[in-house]
Amino acid sequence: MTCLPSSTEKKLGLVIDLDICVGCQACVVNCKEWNTAGYGAPLADSDPYGAHPTGAWLNRVHAFEAGEAAKARVVHFPKSCLHCDDAPCVTVCPTGASYKRQEDGIVLVNEDWCIGCGLCAWSCPYGAREMDPAEGVMKKCTLCIDRIYNTHLEEEDRVPACVRTCPTSARHFGDLNDPTSDVSMLVAERGGYDLMPEQDTKPVNKYLPPRPRPRHESEDVDLVSMAKKTTPKGFWKWLDQALDQLPG
Amino acid sequence: MRPAASLIIFTTLSGLGLGLTVLIGLGLLAATSPEWVIIHAAVSLGLIGVGVLSSTLHLGHPERAWRALSQWRSSWLSREGVMAALTTIVLAGYFLDHLISGQARPWLGIILSIMSLITIYSTAMIYASLKTIARWHHILTPVVFVVLALAGGCLLAAALEGLAGNPTIALSQWGIGMIAVASLIKILWWNLAGSKGSGSTPETATGLGALGKVRMIMPPHSEENWLQHEMGFVVARKHALRLAVIAFILAAIIPLLVLGLYPHSAALLVLAALVHLAGVIVERWLFFAEAKHTVTLYYGDQH
Repeated sequence: MTCLPSSTEKKLGLVIDLDICVGCQACVVNCKEWNTAGYGAPLADSDPYGAHPTGAWLNRVHAFEAGEAAKARVVHFPKSCLHCDDAPCVTVCPTGASYKRQEDGIVLVNEDWCIGCGLCAWSCPYGAREMDPAEGVMKKCTLCIDRIYNTHLEEEDRVPACVRTCPTSARHFGDLNDPTSDVSMLVAERGGYDLMPEQDTKPVNKYLPPRPRPRHESEDVDLVSMAKKTTPKGFWKWLDQALDQLPG
Repeated sequence: MRPAASLIIFTTLSGLGLGLTVLIGLGLLAATSPEWVIIHAAVSLGLIGVGVLSSTLHLGHPERAWRALSQWRSSWLSREGVMAALTTIVLAGYFLDHLISGQARPWLGIILSIMSLITIYSTAMIYASLKTIARWHHILTPVVFVVLALAGGCLLAAALEGLAGNPTIALSQWGIGMIAVASLIKILWWNLAGSKGSGSTPETATGLGALGKVRMIMPPHSEENWLQHEMGFVVARKHALRLAVIAFILAAIIPLLVLGLYPHSAALLVLAALVHLAGVIVERWLFFAEAKHTVTLYYGDQH
């Protein structure tokens, strides 16, 4: 059924801290590793060892530069499905393969029903869904649904693979519907925000902005005048002046 | 957006067939003999059928296409599928009834025309309902699809009437009117929808606007991925105006000249209908190729 639930009991999702992500791609690789053997068809690649390797990935880390000149900052930017409350990918699906779970808000694809029309990917502003090149069905982040409820795993492993593997703890997983959860408190404390709020998708995943830099690092620096200001000091200043006074 | 041949053929051929069906339903194209009922059935059902079958060619799993009829409550693609199937059934029934009873049933024709219009509208709404593609997400998009289908339908009906040997001036006049209306609305669409931004920028896409202008410095992977292949199509844009002029000459100018000057020449009317179809294919190609998706903002696009 592709009508969205009016509300969900939980809103499971990710909180991604852009201040500390170093762009190491470990989450990307662990996501691919886990999900190629987990829920649904394997995450296929096409021409993996050839000249133009491509394939389906559920999580990708982009890198952006924001700001001008010396104030510019490099921000590593992981992006996966945001499990939107008003997920357009669910309502456009003609077959009912795409759905949002009422119990925890996770958006999933029933791969046995998916006809591979691609319309859900067209409707997603974020590019969170990718067509599997081998299976011809739509792949997307499941929040590692086969980990988070898996009682055969150790307690600390019952989080999405990307969260478990992040070496800097830039990724957090939890219930964003519960104001007392760690993730909700992080969002409140750090000013977590939505991507493209103007698209009215009401994403569950939140991003934490880079923290402001210390003042001396963010001040404008004029490299040209710095280079001109290399007047010697102390002993060298005395030597410089003394040598100037010599004839010739 | 990548202009997939299967989708261009789907929207143009089924649009033309449904446009013709509207005219048949309204009784504007009369069949003079049982043979002509069969020819009208073959042309209209053939165009719709080839169009709809073509749309299944881009699917990853065409054998599951029947499942697409289930989600009409929320999905325009599903509504389009349901309406196309129902219209095809009613159209086949209309012709069968005509053959058996010897005359067309006007009330069934009116229902058929309305169903055809709803089907064309549903096809357009698959695209117009996508907020992620600003050019398509416009109230005039479905209007363009409907009037272009009707213009093509008039031309094809005039050509069929010419071939049957009794060209009436009425269909030519309808054709001139519809092509003029379609041209005006398409030009209006180009100006209104074409200049409309999505409201999203690299700053809103990343939420980093507070730091200043946002630029991509490193893509997430070395090779083009499926998203870029599907939604980052850029080839057409530098030729957009040239292609638009070509589409306008083929779809509007040449057919208008034929309808105005040679409304009794069956051969020229058939040629005009084919030229018009070629023009609408160019128009539809541009419709896809010129459309920008918000996902490109994550891949270096600036607006």
